[in-house]
This record gives sequence, C-alpha cells and structure tokens, in this order.
Amino acid sequence: MNDQVLTHAIDPTLVSKGVNHLDLANEDICLKVNDLSLSYGEKEALHGINLSIPRTRVTAFIGPSGCGKSTLLRCFNRMNDLVDSVNINGEINLDGENIYGPHVDASALRRRVGMVFQRPNPFPKSIYENVAYGLRLQGINKRHILDERVEWALKSAALWDEVHNRLNDSALGLSGGQQQRLVIARAIAIKPEVLLLDEPASALDPISTLKIEELIYELKSEYTIIIVTHNMQQAARVSDYTAFMYMGDLIEFGSTDKLFTNPEKKQTEDYITGRYG
Amino acid sequence: MSAHISQQFNTELDTVRNQVMTMGGLVENHVMSACTALVNGDVALAERVVDEDFKVNALEVAIDEQCTNIIARRQPTAGDLRLVMMVVKTITDLERIGDEAEKVAKMALELSTDEDVSEQYVEIRHLGDHVSKMLHDALDAFARTDVEAAIKAAAEDEKIDQEYEAITRQLITRMMENPRTIQRGLNVLWAARALERIGDHAKNISEYVIYLVKGKDVRHVTLDQMKKEVLETR
Repeated sequence: MNDQVLTHAIDPTLVSKGVNHLDLANEDICLKVNDLSLSYGEKEALHGINLSIPRTRVTAFIGPSGCGKSTLLRCFNRMNDLVDSVNINGEINLDGENIYGPHVDASALRRRVGMVFQRPNPFPKSIYENVAYGLRLQGINKRHILDERVEWALKSAALWDEVHNRLNDSALGLSGGQQQRLVIARAIAIKPEVLLLDEPASALDPISTLKIEELIYELKSEYTIIIVTHNMQQAARVSDYTAFMYMGDLIEFGSTDKLFTNPEKKQTEDYITGRYG
Repeated sequence: MSAHISQQFNTELDTVRNQVMTMGGLVENHVMSACTALVNGDVALAERVVDEDFKVNALEVAIDEQCTNIIARRQPTAGDLRLVMMVVKTITDLERIGDEAEKVAKMALELSTDEDVSEQYVEIRHLGDHVSKMLHDALDAFARTDVEAAIKAAAEDEKIDQEYEAITRQLITRMMENPRTIQRGLNVLWAARALERIGDHAKNISEYVIYLVKGKDVRHVTLDQMKKEVLETR
C-alpha cells in the first residue's frame, strides 16, 4: 500500500475522491499543441486540436479508423511534411519552442522525436548495424562508443539477452516481435526525448505484444511516449493518459483510470464500451 | 443507454441484471415472510424461509460466476465495468440479507412455542415493514438506475438504527421488570438486530447504485456528503 492510498484510507473527506488519479495540472508538459488544424488538400483531417502531452508519461491516442490519431501523431515529428498537399495551421511546442517555426530543421527535430511504425522495418543489415545506424549518421564512429551504445539500446529494448551472441547476423532473421524491439532499440539509441509509437504491437503475437508493453513501461521513466493503438485494452494497460479522438476532433483527454472507468463524454463512453454504431 | 455492437454482450449484461432482480425479489420475500412468521407465530412460514435460503446462495454463486466470465471475455469498461463491479458487491449484500432473514425465521421458530405474546411484537412488526420497504426501494433504485431514489433509501438507515435502539431499550426495561422474560427478550433482540443489519446491507446497495450511475464511490461518507457528491453534475 503506498502512502497516497493510506492517506485516502484514513482521511474521511478524501474517501469518495478516489485514489491515484493523475492530474494534468501537476504534470511537466513536454509537448503542447495549440489550435492545430491539418488538411489533406481540401479535406480537413484535424480541426483545431488543443492538447498537452506530459513529460515521462505514456499518452495513448484512441479512436475509430480515420479519426485523425495517426495524423496527429505524425505531426509531432513533422512526418506529414513528406506528404504533398498537406496544409498545417497552428503550432506544436516542444519544450516551449514551436516545431513548425521557420528555422526548425526537421532532421534535427526527428532526432529528438523518434518514431516506431506498425510493421517492423529493420534495415537489411546486421543487428548491430541497425542499432548503430542513427549514431553513425550523427558522426559517431568510435568503435567503443558504438559498442557501448548498441549494448545499452538493446538492453533497454529488452532484446540483448536474445541477440548478444549474434549481433552480426542479419536483422531480417529475427522474429516479428524481436524486429519490433530492434526498431525500438534503433530509435532510442540516439536518445530522443519523445518516442512516437504508431500501432507498435498490432502485427505481433500476444507474447511479443506483452513484451513491447512491458518495454513501454520500462522506457517511460526516461522518455515521453505517445502511442496510437486500435486496441483499447492495450491503451488501458500501458498509458497514463488517454486521448479519445473522433472525426478529427479531440473529444476527451484525461487520466486513463478516469477515462476507462468514468468518462465525462457520452461519445467516449459509447466508444470504449463498444456501442459505436 | 444504446445497445452494444455485440448483441451477445448486451444479452449477457441484461441476464446478469435480471438475475440480480430475481435474487433481490427472493430475498425481499424472505425478509417479509420471516417477520410475518415471527409476529404471527407461523411455524410453517418460518420453516419455508429457513429451507429456501439455499436458493439465495445458489443465485449468488451463479451470478458471481457470470460476472467473472464477463470480465474475462469482454473486459468491460466505463458504465459496463461499473455495473459488473456493483453487481458483484450487491449480490454479496443480498446473500447476507438472506442469512439475516434466516436468523429472524429461526428466532420465530424458537418463539413460536411461547404463550401468546403477540402484542409485544408490534415494534418488531413495524421495524420489519420499515426494513422491507427500504430494501424494496434500494432494489427499485437499481432497477431504474435512479440516484435520487437511492439517496432516499440510504437515508432510511438512520431511522432504522433509531428504531432498533428504541426496541433495545424497551426490551431491557421489560427484562428488568420480569427476569422470567429474559430468554424470550433475548430472542426478540436477536431478531431486531438481524433486521437492523438488513438495513445496513440495503444502504450498501443504495450506495452501489450511486456508484453505478455517477461513478462516485460514496461508501463511508455522511449522508450530506453523499448528496453533495451526487448533485455535482457530470
């Protein structure tokens, strides 16, 4: 029993307030989205989103297909810049600086905001070289530094024990779950601040999924993590905060405990209880 | 509330809800029968309550199992989750009410051998009616998911406690006046005590209804705090 639970247990005025609800007001905000709109050509996909992502927490985006959650996720490292005909208004502040400002170097931004996709996409190289790739791009070529960082990243991604004796084998020989953890190791090797995970476990079996979820829990002490998932139970398991989106709007955002037990909005309730027609 | 996409899930929740109502109806019937048996010295009725308690127990086990299955298979959230949680707790209280009714019935059997003393049971009759109505109202609040009604039912508990205390004082006085009535007095006291406990369980059920509807846990708070919590709009 932790102290907070005990305090609630012995203070009668707090009994009905519930325990352990995280509160955004007490969080250090890492990313702040201000009135962000995005259109693909004529079609507006995000309508004036306002959202604060807390540091070293896991924030999950949930919502039906096409609600804009992946689009919003890709805004955080300007992946949408790569799509023609995208038009973005509003701002996203990373540590107080607008990442859509005129002098921001998108490559530098992506070093601070790493991303992992639905399907693992290891390079057709050795396990070692996959992890070292980003470091080499940064100009780090000293063997002992690379060795150290590769080992650290693989250990952080809970993959080291499975691959340490075959680091020079091709990454393509790994299982899907291992590949996904390798890709996460590659993303964290360059020590980003923020990690974006776009359906990171949707192509994996249940055991690999649990390993990824455990990894997310381990990583959140150092990284701000944002995860997009179709699996509501997964969002409930891994996240501290959850944002529910629908048709390009942010409907509800709050602590995961609150959102999954007593959501404020009927739309949220209908979606998470499976009542969406 | 609108239906789930999964028709099966709808059916499962409806079934559980209906079975709780069935169990509630059965328990309510046992409480009333036990009181009537006590007051009228009706041995057959008292025996029926004692014999039928197993039905209440069986319903508790069956509903409990269904709730476990729903959690395992459906991972309910929000209002569905709160329903399953409150049902699991409600059936525990209902089962305990069943046990208390059985106690009253057993006292009725003990007392039935006495001479006609029914005029002494006026208070017990009144307390029994009061408790039965409170239980009925709490179950009704559940059936209609009506928080106002749940608060009203919960508020009755205090009055029932006062009634119980008055009966206790009265019995003590009688026993002091005439020590030969002590054996009977104690039996009546046990019955009154059982009825008072039923009031506590009915109050718990009312609190679960508030949790179900409002998502607010109002156990262990004062009645005023409870009203305040409920009036705060979502």
